[in-house]
Amino acid sequence: MTKKTISRFFGFALLVSATLLVLAIIGLILFDLLAKGSSAFSWHFLTSFPQKGMTEGGIFPAIFGTTIVTLLSTALAMPLGIGCAVYLQEYAADNNLTRLIRASVRNLAGVPSIVYGLFGLSIFVEGMGMGVSVLAAGCTLGLLTLPSIIATTEEALRNVPRLSREGSLALGATPWECVYTVVLPSAVPGILTGLILALSRAAGETAPILFTGVAFYSRYLPGSVFDEFMALPYHLYILSTQHHAIEAVRPLAYATALTLLLLVFLLNLTAFWVRARHKR
Amino acid sequence: MKSRFFWDTFFNKTLSAAALVSVLTLAGIFLLLLYNGLQAFSTIDIAEFLSAAPWNPAAYDAPVFGIGAMLFSTLIVTFGSMLIAVPLGIGTAAFLSEMASPRLRNLLKPAIEMLAAIPSVVIGFLGIVLVAPGLAQVFDLPNGLNALNGSILLAVMALPTLISVSEDAIHAVPDYYKEASYALGANRWETLLRVTLPACKSGVLAAVMLGLGRALGETMTVLMATGNATAMPHSIFDPVRTITATVAIEMGEVPFRTPHFYSLFACALVLFLITLGVNIAAERLAARLRKKGQ
Repeated sequence: MTKKTISRFFGFALLVSATLLVLAIIGLILFDLLAKGSSAFSWHFLTSFPQKGMTEGGIFPAIFGTTIVTLLSTALAMPLGIGCAVYLQEYAADNNLTRLIRASVRNLAGVPSIVYGLFGLSIFVEGMGMGVSVLAAGCTLGLLTLPSIIATTEEALRNVPRLSREGSLALGATPWECVYTVVLPSAVPGILTGLILALSRAAGETAPILFTGVAFYSRYLPGSVFDEFMALPYHLYILSTQHHAIEAVRPLAYATALTLLLLVFLLNLTAFWVRARHKR
Repeated sequence: MKSRFFWDTFFNKTLSAAALVSVLTLAGIFLLLLYNGLQAFSTIDIAEFLSAAPWNPAAYDAPVFGIGAMLFSTLIVTFGSMLIAVPLGIGTAAFLSEMASPRLRNLLKPAIEMLAAIPSVVIGFLGIVLVAPGLAQVFDLPNGLNALNGSILLAVMALPTLISVSEDAIHAVPDYYKEASYALGANRWETLLRVTLPACKSGVLAAVMLGLGRALGETMTVLMATGNATAMPHSIFDPVRTITATVAIEMGEVPFRTPHFYSLFACALVLFLITLGVNIAAERLAARLRKKGQ
C-alpha cells in the first residue's frame, strides 16, 4: 500500500467514526429515556394530578398548561409571522427598510431565550399589567417563535412558481387578490409545517416562561388566561433539581422527560409527514 | 362597496405593520436591557462589574457585583463545546455529503435533525442522570456537575445545526472543482481535504458561528448540569455558573428596582451584545459565501 492509500483509509475511517459517534449519542438518549422512563409512564401518570408533594401521581396539569400556552403562543405569532413573510416576499421593494426588517428577523432568531424571558417580564408582566400568567407567557413564547415562523413561511412562498403569480396578475388580479387566491393556498403545507415546528419549539422552552407565567405547583388548572400554570419542561426542571426528595422522584422525572420527548417528536413527525405528503 | 384597489393598499399597509413588529421587538429588547442595565451602574462601579471580583449581590453590608468569573465560565463551557462539536460535526457532514449514498443520507439527515428538537431541559436532565455520574466515575470526582459536563451537553445540542448547515455548504461545492482535482491525480480523501473543504470554509465557519451563538445563550442545560458555583473555575472539572444561569436563578427571587435587579439586566446586556456580535459575524460570512457563489 502506498502512503496515499493509507492516509485515505484512515481519513475515511475518521469520518465514519464521527458519524457513528453522533448516531450512538442519539441512540443512547432515546434508549436511556425509553428504558428508564417507561416504568412510571402510564395512562394514570398522564391524566392525574401530582400527589403528596409531587412524589406520587401524575403530570396532567403540566401537560394541560404546556398545551394551552403553546397553542396560545402560536395563535398570537401566526398572523404576525405570516403577515411579515407575505410582506417581505410579495410586497416589499428591495430597499433599506426591507433590509432592516430582514436583519432584525435574523438577529431575533439568535437572541438567547433567557433574554426573551426578561423582555416578557418587563413588557408583558409588568408594563402591560398582565401579571404572571398564561397570557404573558404565551406572548413571550410567541415572540420567540416569530423568527422561525417568518423563515419557514418565506421559504414556502418562495417555492410557489412565478408562473402562477404572473398568470393571475395577467388576468387582472390586484397583488392582494393574487396573494390571497393563488399564492397562499399553494403555500399552505409549507406554512403549516413551520407552525407545527413552532409549536414544538414553544412546548420545550423553559427559560422564557420562568418569570412570566409558570408555577412550581398548582392545585387547580388555570381558569383564565390571567392565571399561573404548570408546564412540562419546568416540571422536569423542578423534579430533577429543586425537589426535596430528588432521588425518590427520579422515576417520575424520567417519565416526565419521556412525555416531553414524545410530545416534541410527535409534532416533528407530523411536520415531516405534512411536508413529505405535499412533495408527492 | 370598497374598491378592489382599496383592499390591496389596505393589506399592503397592514402587512408592513406586521413586518415592523420584528424590528420593534429587537429594538425594544436592546433598549430595555440598555435602560435597566445602565441603571445598575449608578450604584455599582463598572470596573468592578467587569472584573474578577466575586459575585455576591445578596451580602447585607457590602454586596459585590463582579461578573468576571461568570463571563470566563460562559466562555470556557462554550469553547469546550465547540472543541467537541466542530470536529464531530464537520466529520459527520463530510461523511453524509461525500461518502454516504443518497439513500443513506436521506435517512440519516432527518434523524440527526430530530436531535435539534429535543428540549434543553431534557438534555440538562440527561446531563444530571447520565453524563455526570459517568464523568465522576471516569475522572474520580465527587460529582460530575462541572464545566466539562456543560461542554459535552452543549456540544450535543450544537451538533444538529452544525452538521446540517455544514453539510449544505459542502454539498454546494460545484462538481467540477472535484473533477479537476481527480483529473490531476488526487484521490477522494486528498480532494476532500485540499479542495472541497477549503472551497466551502466560509460556509462551514458560518455554521460554527451559528452553533457558538446558540451555545452562548443556552440557559436550562447549563443551569441544571454545571454545578452552579460562582467562584472562578481553575479547571474544566470545577463547577461553574454561566451568565444565563445566574439570570435564571436570581431573577425570580430578587426584589424589583434594586441594584441587584438592575445588575441582572446588565448581565443580560453583556450576553446580548456577545451573541449579537457572534450572529452578525456569522451573517457576514454567509453573505461573503453567497457573493462568491455568484
